[in-house]
Formats: sequence, C-alpha cells, structure tokens
Amino acid sequence: MTPRTPGAELPEHPDRLWHSPEPKSSYDVVIVGGGGHGLATAYYLARNHGITNVAVLERGWLAGGNMARNTTIIRSNYLWDESAGLYEHALKLWEGLEEELDYPLLFSQRGVLNLAHSLQEVRDSVRRVNANRLNGVDAEWLDPQQVAEICPILNTSEDLRYPVLGATWQPRAGIAKHDHVAWGFARALDRMGVDLIQGCEVTGFERVGDRVVGVETTRGPIRAGKVALAAAGHTSALADTLGLRLPIQSHPLQALVSELLEPVHPTVVMSNSVHVYVSQAHKGELVLGAGIDSYNSYSQRGAFHTIEREMTAAVELFPMFARAHVLRTWGGVVDVTPDASAITGLTPLEGLYVNCGWGTGGFKATPGVGWCYAHTIAHDEPHPLNAPFSLDRFTTGALVDEHGAAGVAH
Amino acid sequence: MMLIPCPWCGPRNEIEFHYGGQADVHCPDDPQSVSDADWATFLFFRDNPKGVFTERWSHASGCRRWFTVRRDTRTNRVLPADSTNHARTVTT
Ligand SMILES: Cc1cc2nc3c(=O)[nH]c(=O)nc-3n(C[C@H](O)[C@H](O)[C@H](O)COP(=O)(O)OP(=O)(O)OC[C@H]3O[C@@H](n4cnc5c(N)ncnc54)[C@H](O)[C@@H]3O)c2cc1C
Ligand SMILES: [Zn+2]
Repeated sequence: MTPRTPGAELPEHPDRLWHSPEPKSSYDVVIVGGGGHGLATAYYLARNHGITNVAVLERGWLAGGNMARNTTIIRSNYLWDESAGLYEHALKLWEGLEEELDYPLLFSQRGVLNLAHSLQEVRDSVRRVNANRLNGVDAEWLDPQQVAEICPILNTSEDLRYPVLGATWQPRAGIAKHDHVAWGFARALDRMGVDLIQGCEVTGFERVGDRVVGVETTRGPIRAGKVALAAAGHTSALADTLGLRLPIQSHPLQALVSELLEPVHPTVVMSNSVHVYVSQAHKGELVLGAGIDSYNSYSQRGAFHTIEREMTAAVELFPMFARAHVLRTWGGVVDVTPDASAITGLTPLEGLYVNCGWGTGGFKATPGVGWCYAHTIAHDEPHPLNAPFSLDRFTTGALVDEHGAAGVAH
Repeated sequence: MMLIPCPWCGPRNEIEFHYGGQADVHCPDDPQSVSDADWATFLFFRDNPKGVFTERWSHASGCRRWFTVRRDTRTNRVLPADSTNHARTVTT
C-alpha cells in the first residue's frame, strides 16, 4: 500500500443534485422508500425499461435510513448459487457504476478477509471458496501468515482466545461511499425526470379488490399503476395495512466510527465468530459493525452491551485499536428473514411488489437488486436472478439458507 | 439498557436474558393435516408490530425460567402485563 493522505480523494461538497417537486396525482410506478434500493430500482426502471413516470416517496430525507447508516461493505462471496448470482451481478455493476453515473462513488476494491477461528469454520470457509470459484466469484483461502501479509495490524498470534486460523479472501470486494451512491443515483434520476419526493410518508394503500392502485400519504393520495415497496425495516408496518404477512422481523443493528486516524487498515476484515467487521473509511475513521440486537425493535438505537462486545472483539483482533477513541455510534432498523436471504418479487396482490428482508447486508446488492426489481416491476415477472428470492419460497421450502455466509455479518 | 421484570427475581439488566420472540406460538395439534401454507406460517411467520409486542424472555443468567413480557417496540418500554398475559412458565 502506498501511503495516502486521509480525505485527499474526497471530492468537493456537491451543488444541489436533485429538485424537490410537489407530488403529482398519479404515476406509472410509485416506489415506497428513498434508500439505495428505491433509488436504484427507479434508475433501472428508466434506464433498462424506459419507464420514467415514476415517483420515489421517502418519509424522511433521501437515503437517511439504512443507506446512511451501513458500514458499506461490498462483496459477493456467498455460498449458494442463487446468492452468488445476485451479488456477483451487483458487484459487476459496482465495477462500472462510477463511470455510468458519472459521479465519484469512491468504490474501493481493497478486498475482504473473512476470518475463521475454529476447525469447523476453516472447513466451511474452504467449502465456500470452492463454491465461489465454481460460480466465477474470485476467492482464495489464506493461511494465517498470508492473512498477516495482507493486513499487518491484525493479531494473528496463536495465543488469542479465538486465534485466526486463516481467512477467505475476495480481492474484488471492498467499500464505497454510501451517501455518494445515493446522490449519484438521485442526480441521474432527477435528470431523467423521475420525481424524488422527501418528507412524504406512505400511510396506507388504495385498492380495488385484489389490486393495489395507489398509496395514501402524509401529502395526500397518489394513484399508481404499480406500487413497489423498498422500505427496509418498515415493510411489515406497511404490509400489515394490507393484511399481507411477511416473514420478517425488524431488529436494531448498530455501527460506530472512531476518530480520524492515519491510514492503518488496508482492507476489510470480518469475523462471524467473534462478531466484528471493520474497515477504514476514506477520511480515516475506523468503521466498525456488530451483530443485531436480539429483540425486535423499531428504535434506531440498540443496547450498549452489543457495542461493548464488538469493541472487545475488535481490540483483541487489532490491539492498536485500544488507543482509538469512539466518535459516534448509531443504529438502523433491519429486516431479518428466517433464511438470511432477501425477499424480492411479486406479492399475492396485483400491482404490489415487495423488496425487503435484506437485513444486515443489502447495501452491496444496491445496483444488482435495483436491476432485477425493476425487471420484476416492468414485466410482472421476476428476473431469473431474483426468482429464487420470491415470497413463495417459504411455502415451497426452497430456502436460500445463507446464515453461514451472511448470518449477521455483511 | 432495558430493565426486564423477571416475575421470580424482579427487574434485572437485559444482559441476563435470552430473547425468545413472539409469545403464544403454538405447534399445530395435528401436523399431518396442516396445509403447506399453514405449516409455513407456523414455521416462518411472526408478528412484527411497530408498537406493542407480546414476547418471550428467558432469565438465562438467573432463575432460567421463561416468561411473557409486553413491550413497545418503538420505545423499548416494558408495559405492565394485561389480564390476558400473566407471566407463566412454558409448560402451563
Ligand atoms: C449498522 C448497519 C450496518 C450495515 N452494514 C452493511 C454493510 O456493510 N454492507 C451491506 O451490504 N449492507 C449493510 N447494511 C444493510 C444495508 O444498509 C441495508 O440492507 C440496505 O440499506 C437496505 O436498503 P434499502 O434501500 O431497502 O433501505 P433504506 O436505506 O433503509 O431505505 C428504506 C427507506 O424507506 C423509507 N421508508 C420507510 N417507511 C416508509 C414509508 N411508510 N413511507 C415512505 N418512506 C418510508 C425509510 O425512511 C428509508 O429511507 C447495514 C445496515 C446497518 C443498519
Ligand atoms: Zn429470574
């Protein structure tokens, strides 16, 4: 790694990137939720399907939900073919997105190490590396010495409570600047004539029989040919008003950042066992995440003991972090499914589409799921890549059990 | 930190507890006669209200008993038990 000056690659603060239009009385497609997924979906609706009479309704400010709160890890090294297909499609789009949106996303392919701390975890990790390779996803198994070469600040000595026995390594993985991703999409959408409407909460739906024909909002009713949910942790609250039950549970997920430091951490390190993941942001903060808080909650904060455990694990793995000060902690509300995979597709109601259940790991999917969800909305049929993630898999039993590769990590 | 009222030990810090999810989830009496859709509901679908939730907690580091709590998921405030939701062990 050549030394870099923290913050040097950050662009200037942007001028106004999108307008704030008044909502029209009707649209071809209304998207509920102005996070990464809502924005990416609107973008690919316009780009791939020529559908631009679209509104994205956001109850707060644009991308102020989980999009603004995540630890920005992007990777595609999931176990099953279905997940590898979707996340690798996303990663390929990430690789060209900066150019496509003509906006600096600070997408940095600095690689991801997923640590293994037990013999069983070593075996599972090697299996995942092999599965990844069969799916054309770049992956390697590294021994502790190779891990130390990539990330010298990591404690790879044998006398830890949970020593590092090796790691999977995906060199093409990395991080991006989440706000910029949202802004890049928003600017492109604004130019294509899509309405981005903030401060507009969807409170209910208009329906005719089994067809959804519009939404009720805090700014009045809006008719819609199609209504697409992209409301992350709040999807249950919306679906409940339609009597539609979804197999998701909303939990707080916390993250924190340190003060700004010189560049010390060259890659992304994740550990499912001791439960911490960390990278260094472009500006210099260490960005750390933990697991979800155990109980359901819509409060955008979690318990302090979760942070305490995460810090304990971090300091054991990275002794030098003991001297770093915590600057900020926060939480998001994430929607967790029983098989740790998302739900993206049609619903039993005509004209209503659902994209939820991304839980702790949906940032990395942003362009990929936007692409597939837009296809689902435009054609009334899932794209082959998101077909396995339909709601009916919980009845057919065709689950995509990604707890091992997703679990609570990202 | 949440203070969770164990009916046997009194209010204790949440780190002493294990979370058990929605209360009053019953296994179908005759699993053979249950449709795929109903079976899926039993296995995978739970309420997820933004508001009052009736849920199970186990006092894992204390008396180790299970009991039911009502909590507002917007604020995490634990509410008084109502008449239909007395704390009880799983076996009753
Ligand atoms: C702490 C934390 C760390 C994470 N780390 C990672 C990571 O490293 N890598 C990764 O891939 N993923 C990560 N994630 C997960 C990722 O952030 C989410 O999966 C992803 O942001 C979901 O995208 P979204 O657009 O659906 O959600 P959001 O960005 O939350 O968008 C949903 C939007 O809908 C709005 N909304 C809700 N209800 C309504 C309504 N009724 N009307 C109008 N608008 C509404 C919300 O205000 C919100 O802006 C993390 C999440 C958290 C909380
Ligand atoms: Zn007790």
